[in-house]
Amino acid sequence: MEHLCSLGANNKKMTMLRESQIMKIHYITAVAALFVVAVHIMMRIAIMPYGMSLEYENVIANYQNIPYIVLLESILVLVSIHGFNGLRVILLELRQSKKWEDGVTVLTIAGMIALVAYGTRTIIIANGLGVE
Amino acid sequence: MTEQLIEKIETMEKKHEKQKHQREKEYPKSSVTLKIYRANRRAGESPHYDRIEVPVQHWTTVLDALLYAKAYKDQSIGIRYSCRMASCGSCGMKINGIPRLACYTKVSELQGREITVEPLSNFPHIRDLVTDFSQFFAHHHNVEPYIQNDNADMQEKNKLTEFIQTPEDVDKYLQFSYCIKCGLCYSACPTVATDTQFPGPQALSQAYRYFIDSRDTAPKERLNLVDNRHGIWRCHFAGSCSSVCPKGVDPALGIQLLRGHLLGYSKNEKKAAELKERQKKDD
Repeated sequence: MEHLCSLGANNKKMTMLRESQIMKIHYITAVAALFVVAVHIMMRIAIMPYGMSLEYENVIANYQNIPYIVLLESILVLVSIHGFNGLRVILLELRQSKKWEDGVTVLTIAGMIALVAYGTRTIIIANGLGVE
Repeated sequence: MTEQLIEKIETMEKKHEKQKHQREKEYPKSSVTLKIYRANRRAGESPHYDRIEVPVQHWTTVLDALLYAKAYKDQSIGIRYSCRMASCGSCGMKINGIPRLACYTKVSELQGREITVEPLSNFPHIRDLVTDFSQFFAHHHNVEPYIQNDNADMQEKNKLTEFIQTPEDVDKYLQFSYCIKCGLCYSACPTVATDTQFPGPQALSQAYRYFIDSRDTAPKERLNLVDNRHGIWRCHFAGSCSSVCPKGVDPALGIQLLRGHLLGYSKNEKKAAELKERQKKDD
């Protein structure tokens, strides 16, 4: 029974962020991502026909446009944060042990950083700022 | 006028009689077969189902049927029950796959002539229809289900004060106080099925029940208790907890309201103001 009574106590782990703060970020990024993705799609279809907007020259031209770069980077960051936290939440339910939970948290944060870094690199290269 | 009334009553009586016959035709359940889950792993008995036919009436509950089977057919059936009136929450079991109280489920309201009774899901199994509630009660214990009030001095008898509540204050938590800890919501919860550290709908709704109680002065501590990796945020809002509750409690509502307080969009300012006022009065 003592072990069972400590079920809640086990959950009181030292973390950088409280779960409520993480979930606040989760919900905010979801709403913000919806907005920026909507703007992104509107840009695809509002300025020129959709097929034309995907032509090489037009795609590269997008990357020369600083406000559009900001939009793409924000999509990348918001979707990565939301998606990887969603993955963390799903994986947390699979097994219950501190090792697994910490492993999942570290891996999802690392995955998120790697994806943001790779996406940012693509944006920089396409912009022409990077070394070819 | 009187003749008309008598005629009307006679017509109604005929209609009732007709309905009664029809009901009897629909439910020719003078007997039903109970398909009872049997297992006793400690004794090396592998799980299997026993089929026992029992006589029933319109008012026979599944518990009555089971007790008949236990008394006259097979005395070794393992079953837990106590009050027989949906007050103690002891006789929770899966009846035709749905968590229900056996004493609160009439045979006549179930379809078919065979009734399957199984132990509750998400609970460690002990024997036949009996499950272990230790983990469930531990989760309940962990949310500190009692009023915590700094102003209530338990030592000095003279300092005992009355904590007055308005009907509106009571309304905020009343439905959650009807919980009889039968474990049906815990059994129906899909999150509990995968996450054993998740407190479950019962414990979380009780956390809300004490959090929103105007007599309680530890709301922050209560929020901290459920704000963790396996806490309130793991609820998927399937709502199955609320649909199986035999007492009309809506645990899913309690969980969502508590989440609102954790996210900060449901402020508890009124309560804070009242407590401040009360403290001033006491001083």
